[in-house]
Amino acid sequence: MVTAAAQGTARPEADGARNTAGDDSEHQHAFDAAVAADERIEPRDWMPDAYRATLVRQIAQHAHSEIIGMQPEANWITRAPSLRRKAILMAKVQDEAGHGLYLYSAAETLGTGRDELLDKLHSGRQKYSSIFNYPTLTWADVGAIGWLVDGAAITNQVPLCRCSYGPYARAMVRICKEESFHQRQGYELLLALSRGTPEQHAMAQDAVDRWWWPSLMMFGPPDDESQHSAQSMAWKIKRHSNDELRQRFVDICVPQAESLGLTLPDPDLKWNEERGHHDFGRIDWTEFWEVLKGNGPCNEQRLTQRRSAHDEGAWVREAAAAHAARHSGGTEAARHRTTGAERA
Amino acid sequence: MTAAGPATVPVTAALALGDDALVLSHRLGEWAGHAPVLEEEVALANIALDLLGQARVLLSLAGDEDELAFLREERSFRNLQLVEQPNGDFAHTIARQLYFSTYQHLLHAELAAGDGPFAPLAAKAVKEVAYHRDHAEQWTLRLGDGTETSHERMRRACDALWRFTGELFQPVEGLDVDWADLESRWVESVTRVLGRATLTVPEGPRTGAWSAGAGRQGVHTESFGRMLAEMQHLHRSHPGASW
Repeated sequence: MVTAAAQGTARPEADGARNTAGDDSEHQHAFDAAVAADERIEPRDWMPDAYRATLVRQIAQHAHSEIIGMQPEANWITRAPSLRRKAILMAKVQDEAGHGLYLYSAAETLGTGRDELLDKLHSGRQKYSSIFNYPTLTWADVGAIGWLVDGAAITNQVPLCRCSYGPYARAMVRICKEESFHQRQGYELLLALSRGTPEQHAMAQDAVDRWWWPSLMMFGPPDDESQHSAQSMAWKIKRHSNDELRQRFVDICVPQAESLGLTLPDPDLKWNEERGHHDFGRIDWTEFWEVLKGNGPCNEQRLTQRRSAHDEGAWVREAAAAHAARHSGGTEAARHRTTGAERA
Repeated sequence: MTAAGPATVPVTAALALGDDALVLSHRLGEWAGHAPVLEEEVALANIALDLLGQARVLLSLAGDEDELAFLREERSFRNLQLVEQPNGDFAHTIARQLYFSTYQHLLHAELAAGDGPFAPLAAKAVKEVAYHRDHAEQWTLRLGDGTETSHERMRRACDALWRFTGELFQPVEGLDVDWADLESRWVESVTRVLGRATLTVPEGPRTGAWSAGAGRQGVHTESFGRMLAEMQHLHRSHPGASW
């Protein structure tokens, strides 16, 4: 791994995981220069506390979205209509668990462990992408999630491969490769339905009708209402505005919908020659804020399942820890602690 | 492959082995989103995917994989009752994995060493199954020799599933295997793992009173019907459709 320091911009290392009091202005100057020069910030480099906090918040939210996002798709694993589709779906849900692992590890390089982040997810102090608060009602929803939700996620995430923070950028390279695979699989699933029986075609259209607008909301509020955007752009954590990315996504989807033989549920959607982009209808931001606040169709269900999987697995994690303590040449004290916790 | 082509493949054996893999893969797939730790989401899905891959090859030797998976009635499935048992808690899933993957590993190693129609498939599967067995063994050690709670849960799980293990060694038509030898090696292996996990080998009988070898004859347990209802519902709702 080539650190920014090795590339030429001499930058001080942080003393431990957190900044210590001292001459931060010099550190700040070196940090700003590295970001301006498009160099990567690495875990041992000094970084402003707010930069670290922003990254932890964003990476955690992304990791949580991966593991909550397993639920709506896992909902169809046991009902997949062919063995080939079942294998594809299982592999996809497994990839999402893997993405969760990379991302929690990336957050850990900033000094915040997985347990702490899961605790914040379970107690509602950290969010996940609101899109997963919508239900998967039919098999076609699996395709719509792949095509639209993963498509929107890729549009958002490809620029993150150039994010200023090294471990996050590198995790995103791998994640984007897998996501683009998922997106193509979703598209192909919908194509099979669209070209299938009239019932299958109707199922595909219904799914696209339900998932289109929530997918557009995935890019976040309009630029003038986005709370964190400006600072993240300056730090090169974020490279394009919400509205830019949303427009890019719409422009990509329109011809794909035509190839699929499906329509997008927006009467105002049309090509604007002058702008060189598609115009589209007004997004219902009231719905967005309501779902974000917890009033979506599945907010309660998703979090309850997550908490119950975690709580019901507590005895398994405790057993693994106790076994490891006993067999890794752990100290006598560690062994006593384990048996103490066990009795409690 | 020395005996190529579906015509020479013993269909009964392809269905027995294919159904074992298909059904256990389905049960493991039910864990998605419910595993006790993120690493196990990945591991259980991985095992489920390996088994599904094996099932697809085996069922394709016997006919059309989707017709066989989605259009057969419960009484036509030839899987062991062990693999259809509900997941239960994590200890039950691990006990089921330990019993089955130990069996599957010994069986595939034997088939891979021979020159029958399953040798090529078994040669690939045996490598996958070695990992499944290792995974089950490691968790048996952690749970058996973990906390008092986990020890007790693992003991109960091993006991509960013990009566489904006799059926593993009912001879399958078309498989040239020394079943008695396979059984003694299975008992030896499982006894060794349970011992290391500070667990004792269950004392009860290894077959139910009336149902020895029943899964291979198409007699299953009650929960299997519900599992199939869920698995087959969508496919059956759209007769003749492609997916």
